[in-house]
Amino acid sequence: MTTRIFGEPIARREDPRLAGGDGRFLDDLGAGALAAAFVRSPHAHARVLDVDVGGALDVDGLVAVYTYEDLDGRVAEPLPLLIPHPSLHAPRTAYPLANGVVRHVGEPVAMVVASDRYVAEDAAGRIRVAYEPLPPVVGLEAARRAERTVHDDVPDNVAAHMVQEVGDARAAIEAAPHKLELRLEVERSASTPLEGKGVYARWDAADRSLRVYSSTQTSTSVRMALAAKLGVPVDRVEVVAPDVGGGFGVKIVHPWPEEVLVPWAAIRLGREVKWVEDRREHFVSSAHERGQRHQVRVGFDDDGRLLGLEVEFLHDNGAYTPYGIIVPIITSTQLLGPYKPGAYRVQFHSLYTNTVTVTPYRGAGRPQGVFAMERTMDAIAARLGRDRAEVREVNFIRPEEMPYDHGLLFQDGRPLVYDSGDYPASLAKLKKLVGWEEFEVVREQARAEGRRVGIGLACYVEGTGVGPYEGAHVRVETNGKVVVATGLTTQGQGHETVFAQVAAAELGVAVDDVTVVTGDTRRFKYAVGTFASRAAVMSGNAVALAARKVRAKALRIAGEALEADPGDLEVADGVVRVRGAPGTEIPLATVAVLSNPLRYAFDEQARRATQFAVGGGSDAPPVAEDDEPGLEAAGWYSPVRSTFANGVHAAVVETDPETAEVKVLRYCVVHDCGRLINPRIVEGQIHGGVAQGVGGALYERLVYDDSGQLLNASFMDFLMPYASEVPKVETDHLETPSPLNPLGIKGAGEAGVIPGAAVFAAAIGDAEGLWIDRMPISPSELWELRGRKGDG
Amino acid sequence: MAEVLHEARLVVNGVQRTVRVPARRLLSDCLRHDLGLTGTHVGCEHGVCGACTVLVDGLPMRSCLLFAVSVDGAEVTTTEGCRAADGGLGPVQRAFMECHGLQCGFCTPGFVTTVTAWLRDHPDPTEEQARQAIGGNLCRCTGYQNIVASVLRAAELLKAEEPEGSGEPRGGAPVDQEGGP
Repeated sequence: MTTRIFGEPIARREDPRLAGGDGRFLDDLGAGALAAAFVRSPHAHARVLDVDVGGALDVDGLVAVYTYEDLDGRVAEPLPLLIPHPSLHAPRTAYPLANGVVRHVGEPVAMVVASDRYVAEDAAGRIRVAYEPLPPVVGLEAARRAERTVHDDVPDNVAAHMVQEVGDARAAIEAAPHKLELRLEVERSASTPLEGKGVYARWDAADRSLRVYSSTQTSTSVRMALAAKLGVPVDRVEVVAPDVGGGFGVKIVHPWPEEVLVPWAAIRLGREVKWVEDRREHFVSSAHERGQRHQVRVGFDDDGRLLGLEVEFLHDNGAYTPYGIIVPIITSTQLLGPYKPGAYRVQFHSLYTNTVTVTPYRGAGRPQGVFAMERTMDAIAARLGRDRAEVREVNFIRPEEMPYDHGLLFQDGRPLVYDSGDYPASLAKLKKLVGWEEFEVVREQARAEGRRVGIGLACYVEGTGVGPYEGAHVRVETNGKVVVATGLTTQGQGHETVFAQVAAAELGVAVDDVTVVTGDTRRFKYAVGTFASRAAVMSGNAVALAARKVRAKALRIAGEALEADPGDLEVADGVVRVRGAPGTEIPLATVAVLSNPLRYAFDEQARRATQFAVGGGSDAPPVAEDDEPGLEAAGWYSPVRSTFANGVHAAVVETDPETAEVKVLRYCVVHDCGRLINPRIVEGQIHGGVAQGVGGALYERLVYDDSGQLLNASFMDFLMPYASEVPKVETDHLETPSPLNPLGIKGAGEAGVIPGAAVFAAAIGDAEGLWIDRMPISPSELWELRGRKGDG
Repeated sequence: MAEVLHEARLVVNGVQRTVRVPARRLLSDCLRHDLGLTGTHVGCEHGVCGACTVLVDGLPMRSCLLFAVSVDGAEVTTTEGCRAADGGLGPVQRAFMECHGLQCGFCTPGFVTTVTAWLRDHPDPTEEQARQAIGGNLCRCTGYQNIVASVLRAAELLKAEEPEGSGEPRGGAPVDQEGGP
């Protein structure tokens, strides 16, 4: 009997490799390759007057130095704008190496290639760049004032301006019995995977082909981008994402300057070249996110029901817009969460500053949107003197209203229509899990002991599994083993395991007999990438659809071999058998042999294949016109629109009356991502997301000074949480299947982080009797707030 | 001007190795690139993340803050040295697998070495102690909850493996203990 595979919390297939020290990460490859290092701008904004490489030339082991002047062809052009949008009226992207102007600290100015990284950095340190500093634009205020500009030809620093409106929000707010106006701000943070970026390129001059390994979230698109940039036919370019040490969004951007320059140099030099980003480089030259300031106006009735909602916000997109304006678009739409806003108007300006580029970090604009919306809910409850959960309940979209059309356009350019979800049930579960109704008892007990505790909750809805598509290839080998390939990449999410579970369940084989390859363009060339909690939804369904085709073919061939109707056959434990007729069976391995009529008997399996004759008989071609050899198939999943997961989080915190330190006593999560392929992996995703939520709420912020220097570009100063800061997470699940895809699944990757800032602001505010409108919050900031309240 | 090379003799995972490296060669780079032991990972190069932690004479140390020449004569244990005798996963590594204590796996080698050394001195940890034991290593994926569980599970597995009255746990200190000048 086949044990259930789909939905089981099995151990991960990748762990024997990764836990044993046998992972193959970018810097584990390419022993002996030349090493690249970069000279980066120390200025936030400056003209590059001269680059004097003379001092580097006598460094023993130096191979080459490149500046902008050396670049040729399309490599000398600005990097691509990956996602254009009609509202992004002034997009700007960087050159791979600065062309006359640098616009943030860390922008690459020169590239050095040498025998090893030590030598490359020696040489880089001897290159003298003459800069003429220009006044920098730092922070949203300065960007909006536009007394100075980041780009000469963008006089107001506005890259994009977008408005969406459903109904007449301003009139609805005006006519509402109650009104509130709130200013809500979130500061900068960053994905910060433990492994930075990295690129390793091999040019085969004889074969005129290029193989590039990149620590990327999208190898297929890097391949296309490199072919376009380097003028190498796409057919001669292979890109492989090896084991990748975390991504969290930052590695979806491509091609990075280094991703173009390393292969370009490898081709020019005819040598293998590798670059591995160091930690400081990652801070100052990758990407950040989260920095936004929101102005909310809301009108509501006596029950707290929203009548009109108007949100205007400023988004700091840094110096360039290579990834378009995905982040603020997501904020502007996902802000609505599980609620019906009444009339809704949202407007944002995306602004240039002389800081590192802003691109998606896990959650991608949702944490800010949820912060704005959930703080608004808390404010309404406070104004009306009502229970915070009750005000949310009043505004929920009800399950019977699904599918629910918000009348807006989502990040994929498609209508924002929620497919399914039971928000009242999610909230009820959360209230039970955290003990919402009983909390006053807890508070009183704590108070009696001289302790301050508080509770907060926040709801979110997350669009997951955006299109356009993913594909997968499934093949049954003649030994009965199954090989699955998908082009989508992996950064630790356990895809080797969950896709194997999907394929094993569909095919009726043991999960141990399935091998999964991801992110290798040699194995699968068409894919979009891993982002937006889309991998399980997109590739999971593609694997299922491919496996179903393979299963159908197996049944057809087995039916011929067993002289049975395929409709009477089943596959279990790797064997096709006639239902109810024990003994009438054929192993899948043998079916695979039969599927490939061979002329040459090179091994035992092949010899068997030459003996059989399945198919139309001696007058028919051995491979029928509409058939192909092999027990294999590709499957594609392309959804009409995203599927929407949801959840509710609650935190119980204690604040120290003297030090204002915040201690997280409990953290509870109720999460609905549809059907679970592997509950253990989903929980792991939630735990990790919550840890990033804790970091973003209490510790992590990227601090720029007025001259545009990033003051905390190291792990000593950018405070990522250790085990001592992250609470134990208590979880409960709902499984509301998505009607949009065959497996009924929704994404789970980002959920854990999304409500973090909102939950902690609410809980800390509740403990302290304070209003918190800006996150993250440090003990000294909380201390200051107390002072303002006269409570210090 | 070519760099002056220095000879350093290390016992790495129980095997005598001799390297000729510049004085500034970091132990992490030496292990990874000169000796091909890429299980040790480098996450920050300033001693904060702990991914590069190896055991030097049995004690956890950040290999990105040590020069290879400065541990001349020492016994070094990397995550590869924490495997079972048959090359499969060692008890601590197996615990991480069983408890889903890793996701991307980049920080894992530093946790494995740290936990291996810690459990030698704390064979019966409480959950709170287990959490403190890993408090010096960063993980960006797991939220630590399953790593804490892995530490507790590793303690069980080590106990189950230890024959009565045996000495050092596997992977703690290398077998060849004559070391020291």
